[in-house]
Amino acid sequence: MTTTQFTDRTRAVEQKGLEIRDVSLRFGGVHALDGVSFDVKPGELLSIIGPNGAGKSSLLNCISGFYRPQQGGIYLDGQDLTRLKPHQIAGRGIGRVFQNIELFSHLTVLENVMLGRHHALRPKWWADALYFAPRQLRKELEHRRVAEEIIDFVEIEKYRQMPVGQLSYGLQKRVELARALAMEPAVLLLDEPVGGMNQEETEDMVRYILDVKEQLGTTVVLIEHHMGVVVDISDRVVVIDFGRKVAEGPPREIAQHPEVLRVYLGKGGDPE
Amino acid sequence: MKVMAADPVLADHSTLGSCQTMPQLLVENAERYDRRTALRWKRFGLWEQISWADYRDHVRDLALGLTELGLEAGHRVAIVGDNRPEWAYAALAVQAMKGWSVGLYQDSLGEEFRHIINHAEPEIAILQDQEQVDKLLGLGDGVPSVKHIVYYDSKGLHSYDDPRLVSMEEVKERGRLQGLEGAERFARTVASADGKDVAGIFYTSGTTGAPKGTMLTYGNLMSMATGLNDVDPLKPGDDFLSFLPMGWIGEQMMTMATALLVPLVVNFPEEPETVSNDLREIGPRAMFAPPRVWENNLSTYQVGVEEAPWLKRVTAHWAMRIAHRALARRTAGKQVPPMLWLARLLAEHTMLRSVKNSMGLTRLRRAYTGGAAMGPEVFDFFQALGVNLKQVYGQTECAGIAVVHRDGRARSDTVGEPLPGVDVTIADSGEIFIGGDFVFAGYYRDPEATAAALTPQRQLRTGDAGFIDPANQLTVIDRVKDLMCLADETQFSPQFLENRLKFSQYIRDVVIFGRERDFVSALISIDAANVGHWAERNHVGYTTYTDLTQKPEVVSLILSEVRRVNVDVPDRTRIHRFVLLHKELDADDDELTRTRKIRRGFVEERYRDLIDALYGGEDRCELRTEVRYSGEEVAESTVRLQLLTAIDIDATPPMCGRA
Repeated sequence: MTTTQFTDRTRAVEQKGLEIRDVSLRFGGVHALDGVSFDVKPGELLSIIGPNGAGKSSLLNCISGFYRPQQGGIYLDGQDLTRLKPHQIAGRGIGRVFQNIELFSHLTVLENVMLGRHHALRPKWWADALYFAPRQLRKELEHRRVAEEIIDFVEIEKYRQMPVGQLSYGLQKRVELARALAMEPAVLLLDEPVGGMNQEETEDMVRYILDVKEQLGTTVVLIEHHMGVVVDISDRVVVIDFGRKVAEGPPREIAQHPEVLRVYLGKGGDPE
Repeated sequence: MKVMAADPVLADHSTLGSCQTMPQLLVENAERYDRRTALRWKRFGLWEQISWADYRDHVRDLALGLTELGLEAGHRVAIVGDNRPEWAYAALAVQAMKGWSVGLYQDSLGEEFRHIINHAEPEIAILQDQEQVDKLLGLGDGVPSVKHIVYYDSKGLHSYDDPRLVSMEEVKERGRLQGLEGAERFARTVASADGKDVAGIFYTSGTTGAPKGTMLTYGNLMSMATGLNDVDPLKPGDDFLSFLPMGWIGEQMMTMATALLVPLVVNFPEEPETVSNDLREIGPRAMFAPPRVWENNLSTYQVGVEEAPWLKRVTAHWAMRIAHRALARRTAGKQVPPMLWLARLLAEHTMLRSVKNSMGLTRLRRAYTGGAAMGPEVFDFFQALGVNLKQVYGQTECAGIAVVHRDGRARSDTVGEPLPGVDVTIADSGEIFIGGDFVFAGYYRDPEATAAALTPQRQLRTGDAGFIDPANQLTVIDRVKDLMCLADETQFSPQFLENRLKFSQYIRDVVIFGRERDFVSALISIDAANVGHWAERNHVGYTTYTDLTQKPEVVSLILSEVRRVNVDVPDRTRIHRFVLLHKELDADDDELTRTRKIRRGFVEERYRDLIDALYGGEDRCELRTEVRYSGEEVAESTVRLQLLTAIDIDATPPMCGRA
């Protein structure tokens, strides 16, 4: 009764890790990423930090297939993702929450979450366009059920039937998370999930991210500027500056790391 | 979704038959109604149904599982959670095994929570979720009595390693494994209980001090439920929505005792925030809510009307005028003239019905309000709408309800007539005494308080002052010890003034002072939402709540409300001076009880400087305030409040006793 099917099903999904191997990305003469390598272990919460323009979002875009790195490889459980199209990568179980809200503002919360089920619907458009048979109804119900479980998970029941455009920013971010979860991802990429949020909204969001990790067993890759959040919830932190990885380790160590202090505060470190 | 039709068999109380306890009723209902719906809970956007047979099986499995954890007769079990089926399973499972259920308010915090847990010394705690578990674990080693903590919403609890934690599913599974042998033991234990057994400890809301643990027997609870159902029969299968805190005796009376007796279908809302929507979907047949809920309904309506387009606004005003006129004729015992009747009919179809529908009140047979006094205007509004709203009066110590209005004889100034079997007398001091089967077994571990609460004839001293009129209707004036005297010994009821003021949609809470003073004064906290709307409409810019309260426009708005109330009050007891508080009174700051009653003594102590300044004739006061963030951090700040005069003191005759 108390554990949801959604939770059970996702737990049954094998936890997956990511390997980032020597990834380089250039836009003309600009080196957005320069030989970045690190691993994301299955079930781990890894944060990527770095100053603006360091290449954090570019790296996420490489993982989810929006950019294709000129060099290096990204592997999900040993399979190379760099040759795949974004929808194929999503189909392999990599979900993403964007930095700027990318929802359909005129659709309701429920419809937006249902859209996250798109990959699983496997429509036969010719048949679906011609008739509405029990098969379609059953499918619809099944997916609605998953959507509802996710709505319960991020506690947005009250807003279920409201157009997303009417909701506050913090709630819209929660809907984004819900839509990403609707894909039942094995790896969830979060790009600044608490950016622009007030204290209470931040605490709520952090709670949900931890729930995703602990309850669903999802591997989480997080980009975040809010250092308090990063130190509190990450298992490991990777620091990127000018497209290069400058440090990697547990959050408390990273917070003291001379390179990190140099990158953020411009002090310490040797003059090159 | 298929909704179960009402059972054709009429209520004949034969269900009660030989049943003396709630678990016995559950078993009996499961036999008789089997696959019919007993409970409904909205989950994942759909109303899920739980049949009587399943209800019993859940309770049986849990009860047997709890005995494996060591539950024995007379053990206390604390239950904390929102209104969900699991709450009912937990209470009945404990009672089935002759344990005592102890319901706590799910939002009670800190000292209050600690006090009840330490006082009841539960062996087992059944908690809904992480929030409640954190509160209990937060007490650290302070609760040695708790051997097991059963939770039923595992979200966030995965990484907890306290060995006492166990999920309700697991406990039930352990019960299920006892099979047929267990089922027999369950049946035997349930059957062996009788009406004299204690069902649980019900903590009072603590208006007058720390919450007291009231022990109520099955006899207490069942005779109240039977009495209420005799006066106001409901039909088997009628819907009831359970949405008020389960720690409150009123909610347990309906969701547990009455629902099992009739039996009703109890509906549980999806989340506390979705109650108003769920209420509309269910359209309950009976509803029991404190005045606060009705007042909120009314002010939502008023704001809605004021914001509506002009045609709707005009229609609404017209319809309510007609409805009030028709009500006035009916209460006066006169016939409604044909033209008015027609107009009322038109009003019903154009406006009144949709107003009721928006509040989920269309299918109501009866609605009750109790727990605090209700403003006559609120009462009349719902009566005029056609809602059969009645007041009830009672206390936790007499199982919640002892006095209730009869159909067609509901009045705003009285609380109704005693239920069958209840004997209400007025002592010479004016105090109301209640006698009968309802009167409680005693306070848990407090024989002194028990002795003080009962007369030698085992009547309950209610502590309320009141009188019975020739029509046998009881009027409650105020708490006996809350009646106040001015310095010149003019007696007045602060609660009366407070209630009159609180009816204003712009005022949320009021505390009246004046004991042994020269005049009456008031602390008023404004209603943020309604005054906020008003300010917007009238182009009054403001930043925070505090800022809003000190705007000259808002001050004059509230001043006119105070003057309106003053008109109906004898000269000497009018409100002379008042101040608009910089914050809303809050139960988290200990200013209110969980049922939102004012804790006068505490408020008086906390705002002593402010009150002294009011009486000192000053027109400004600086107040240091503390703001608590999430219970831990405290920030201090200073606010300047204006002290206002509603009646010029010099205009009244000179007073003695003033230096």
